[in-house]
Amino acid sequence: MSQLSGKAWVFSDDISTDHIAPGRYFHLRSNLPELAKHVLEDAREDFAEQVKPGDFVVAGENFGLGSSREHAPTIIKLAGVSAVLAKSFARIFFRNAVNIGLPVIMLDTSDIQEGDQLEVDLEKGRLRDLTGAKELSFQPLSNEMMRILGDGGLVEHIKKHGEIKL
Amino acid sequence: MSDRPQTLAEKILSAKYGRRAQAGETVVAEVDLAFAQDGTGPLAIRQIDALGLEGVAKPEATIFFFDHASPSPRKELSDDHRFMRAFSEKTGANVSEVGRGICHQLVAEHYAEPGMLIVGGDSHTCTAGALGAFATGVGSTDVAVAMALGRTWFRVPESFRVELTGSFSKGVYAKDLILHLIGDIGAAGATYKALEFSGQLESLDMESRLTVSNMAVEAGAKAGLFPADEITLDYLKGRGRGGKKLGPDPNASYEKQLEYDLEKIQPTVSKPHTVDNTALAQDLSDVKIDQVFIGTCTNGRIGDLQAAAGILNGRKTAAGVRLLVGPASREVYLQAEKLGLLRIFVESGGMILPPGCGPCVGVHQGALGSGEVVLATQNRNFKGRMGNPEGFIYLASPATAAASALAGKITDPREVLS
Repeated sequence: MSQLSGKAWVFSDDISTDHIAPGRYFHLRSNLPELAKHVLEDAREDFAEQVKPGDFVVAGENFGLGSSREHAPTIIKLAGVSAVLAKSFARIFFRNAVNIGLPVIMLDTSDIQEGDQLEVDLEKGRLRDLTGAKELSFQPLSNEMMRILGDGGLVEHIKKHGEIKL
Repeated sequence: MSDRPQTLAEKILSAKYGRRAQAGETVVAEVDLAFAQDGTGPLAIRQIDALGLEGVAKPEATIFFFDHASPSPRKELSDDHRFMRAFSEKTGANVSEVGRGICHQLVAEHYAEPGMLIVGGDSHTCTAGALGAFATGVGSTDVAVAMALGRTWFRVPESFRVELTGSFSKGVYAKDLILHLIGDIGAAGATYKALEFSGQLESLDMESRLTVSNMAVEAGAKAGLFPADEITLDYLKGRGRGGKKLGPDPNASYEKQLEYDLEKIQPTVSKPHTVDNTALAQDLSDVKIDQVFIGTCTNGRIGDLQAAAGILNGRKTAAGVRLLVGPASREVYLQAEKLGLLRIFVESGGMILPPGCGPCVGVHQGALGSGEVVLATQNRNFKGRMGNPEGFIYLASPATAAASALAGKITDPREVLS
């Protein structure tokens, strides 16, 4: 869980939950594997077909703004993405991602290029860009968030502790 | 624990935590109302089941609102409704049926009170901040936990104080203020923070405050709070509910201070594809429109419909413009009927939609054609939102929307108000 590796898919600033899980597929929300076939479709039409397990979504500012739909981080995870890296995240998306066990990493993504091979160590807060031959560090998540993520999401956390134990 | 003066956000979260808490702390707090809508409810129920807990902690304070697919356009969504009805029957939770209205409007009409802690599986849950409740939007898992345990965890946010002075000039409304504010501070300008409004608040009636609080999340905020004052108590009293005055302590500390003179606000429009991409309506008169939508949790209340009808009365919409009007709740619908507003809309060339979220979320009704332009009174204009990534969404007040429907292009409503 704490060591991730894959290829970078680069997106712009302001990727909203409407880009990630468009409203025209609202009727697929109870069929997540089908909905996942449309993940990020309005930002990049072929993403769901091309993405490989372990790959990273790399974006700019305010990733995941908009609706509270948890289906957005859920289908990113279902598509096999190992983590989302962005300069900043919208609040609800960030919390949803942690709750469902999708790592979200805040760092300056400006120098990461499309297709770069990345390795991420979540606990040490380190990213290695093997293609660009550089290393970046990031602030690990807050203790509360790490505890939830470490347990595999909020549901697993509560099942394990019988309570919210932060 | 220090006894330094508290913001309204700190005050409410402390009360629900049972101890004084300050910005930056993490608290596990008792929730007074937990709700979801038909887009987030089914997943919330599956997460409650995944927790292995039987039912919900406070059935009377747990509600599933059917508003996004109201009425349902597809069998999959009808089955989601059945799934939520069955869960509610089993657990004693409440269902707010198709046709009753939009969750945030109904929370204001029937449930929210000053000092409450409300979580909703919908980002615009912050609407109830207008009544002095700490109300915030969360995802399905968070709302599932709040429903199952009756409490959940919060990071107490820092607050921005937004000081308002003066009053709106003719043709200018709360929507123009909040669009202007978001354009000013940006779509991430208040991420993780609470916006706390203060100053000359008698200039904003309850409906105006609901519009402002509704859009706090469009600046990234966790909550948009008004103190509970005479206006709040009158509104609650008029609806047979109670409540006490509630505000921040004098000298509470705020991360930032913003000031707006309402006299200086002008009719404002958000251009595609972000809410903070604002301009003055008067500078967009070359933008032709195909559709106008008046309604939603932002601007589907009776005052909104009155403002629009006042402009449309006795006039016809421009050729080639489709006008859709959706009252935010059944109660608003009936009021509009009683006041003769529905007739005005229909005679001007418009059509009335059932109470619900309608075209705003792209689920059904009023989907845009490729390349088409809509002027809508909702809160979001993201690419693809109204059912088509090739559509262009502009946001404005109901008055601007009505004036624009008459002209067939974006129009400053002051041009048609004598």
